[in-house]
Amino acid sequence: MRTKGAPYAFLAPALVLFAAFLAAPIVYAGYLSLRRVKVSGLGLGAGARTEVWAGLSNYARSLTDPEFVPSVLRVGAYGLIVVPAMLGLALVMALLLDAGRTRVGTFARTSIFLPYAVPAVIASLLWGFLYLPRVSPIVDVLDAVGVTAPDALSSSWVLYAVANIAIWGGAGFNMIVLYTALRAIPTDLFEAARIDGASDVQIALRIKIPIIGPSLVMTFLFSLIATLQVFAEPMTLRPLSNTISTTWTPLMKVYRDAFVRNDIYSAAATSVIIAAATFVISYGFLKLVGSRAFSQEN
Amino acid sequence: MAVVLERAAVVTADASPPRRRRTSPTATVLLLLGAAYCLMPVLWVVVASTKSASELFTTFTFLPSTHLFDNIASLSGYRDGLYWRWMLNSAIFAGGGAAASTLVSAMAGFALAKYDFRGKALVFNIVLAGVLVPAVILAIPQYLLLAKVGMTNTYWSVLLPSFISPYGIYLCRIFAAATVPDEVLEAARMDGANDWRSFSRVALPMMRAGLVTVFLFQFVAIWNNYMLPFIMLGDDRLFPVTVGLSGLLNQGATQPAMYTSVVTGALLSIIPLVVLFLTLQRYWRVDLGAGAVKA
Repeated sequence: MRTKGAPYAFLAPALVLFAAFLAAPIVYAGYLSLRRVKVSGLGLGAGARTEVWAGLSNYARSLTDPEFVPSVLRVGAYGLIVVPAMLGLALVMALLLDAGRTRVGTFARTSIFLPYAVPAVIASLLWGFLYLPRVSPIVDVLDAVGVTAPDALSSSWVLYAVANIAIWGGAGFNMIVLYTALRAIPTDLFEAARIDGASDVQIALRIKIPIIGPSLVMTFLFSLIATLQVFAEPMTLRPLSNTISTTWTPLMKVYRDAFVRNDIYSAAATSVIIAAATFVISYGFLKLVGSRAFSQEN
Repeated sequence: MAVVLERAAVVTADASPPRRRRTSPTATVLLLLGAAYCLMPVLWVVVASTKSASELFTTFTFLPSTHLFDNIASLSGYRDGLYWRWMLNSAIFAGGGAAASTLVSAMAGFALAKYDFRGKALVFNIVLAGVLVPAVILAIPQYLLLAKVGMTNTYWSVLLPSFISPYGIYLCRIFAAATVPDEVLEAARMDGANDWRSFSRVALPMMRAGLVTVFLFQFVAIWNNYMLPFIMLGDDRLFPVTVGLSGLLNQGATQPAMYTSVVTGALLSIIPLVVLFLTLQRYWRVDLGAGAVKA
């Protein structure tokens, strides 16, 4: 046997960092969410503001906040647009590339993956300008055919405008993941089907998609987690649009409560609710699909 | 799974056996439409950076002009080249953070893949739970804790939290299990190598392709991160380019002349990543489901 302490020494940096930057913040957020500030007298002078036990009152306040529920529903609707559209686009493009029936494969693959190199903030900035009626080429085209283009940043369209940025930024990365999985399938698995006269579409639906199931599960899960955390896109678009409120998404509300209102207790409670919901949804989803993704065995 | 990983890490798409058969116009058209959608904003920023402030909103969207170098000069002149400082900060955060987290992940992944020890299952399950914790949620409690020790508004406040990557550890465990044979480690031990030497001289080189992938993932994730530096940093000389540019955009809302600087800054900020990405494209081949192929 090799040295007994070796694995612990190799793990030590990871465990220390994990404890300091993952575990401790979670525990601390949980602790803060159960506290509140008690103001005595006029709240002036030392000792006038003391931190006391708050029970579950911060949670009750978060859940009944008239701005929280709409932000959750908004992100729910946003997720219903982004996740299927982004993964659908990624899957179709990956299957088209893998089928190899085109000469533009390398060009298309590189172009579609390119947005992955563009930070969400920069992507929002670029699209934000493209949404402005005076810049938008779409408005020019629609004007030319006599149609009045809708304002992408108006209240009825802004959700789609933000969703489009996320789809644009994420489709390419997911496409590469799915394409990698498709390339790993041994060709003989569908050569036989092809000889039997199966079409590309039949091969894709009956053979390829089921085989890359685990990769689809993982891309779905990571997309879901990313969706629940939407923050950078709407924050960046805010200066260009007056339809995005400071509590447009739950995470924006957490930010506002913590740093604009200085109510870290309520912000902590909302964070814990979002983290718990994310965890329950991800875990529930993994259980539901019965996936062996993240299996410990090699 | 070893086969999957070797393909994922080593084989380039262009070197794969050709599956090309009769071309299909439908496939070509659909792929070109996808490419056009993805390229359009990038094309726009290239064209828009050549326009003067007055042309930005008046000339046809995709009509280029001649003011690119004026725009770069005025962006560089903004508060003594603050923009370039943001770019340097992004490089420090992403480069330093990715290098450290790759090393930390490699050590932990190697230990989890190649040793049997008490608590191994527990450690691995904690790492997996960590993968599912949304990092963005952690930013605020991380800020509050770092504020207590007086570390906010320093480089460390952005660097240290990026050193730990549960997903990096998970990937490294897969890479170590797939690419480092037990026999080779055994042979190194017989030759008198201690655990550290076996890891650094034998295992690390074998895991190289996988480690490049982990490094690139972390690099892009940190470069693209917005919320953590946005919360941690107050001094705009410490900002990475993402936070800096969104601040400039905010200013543009009241001084539209800033918009050309914002647009030029956006173009210049994506060039390094696009170059990195095009040169190292062969490493971007990761099978997220790899761990699930054989269970």
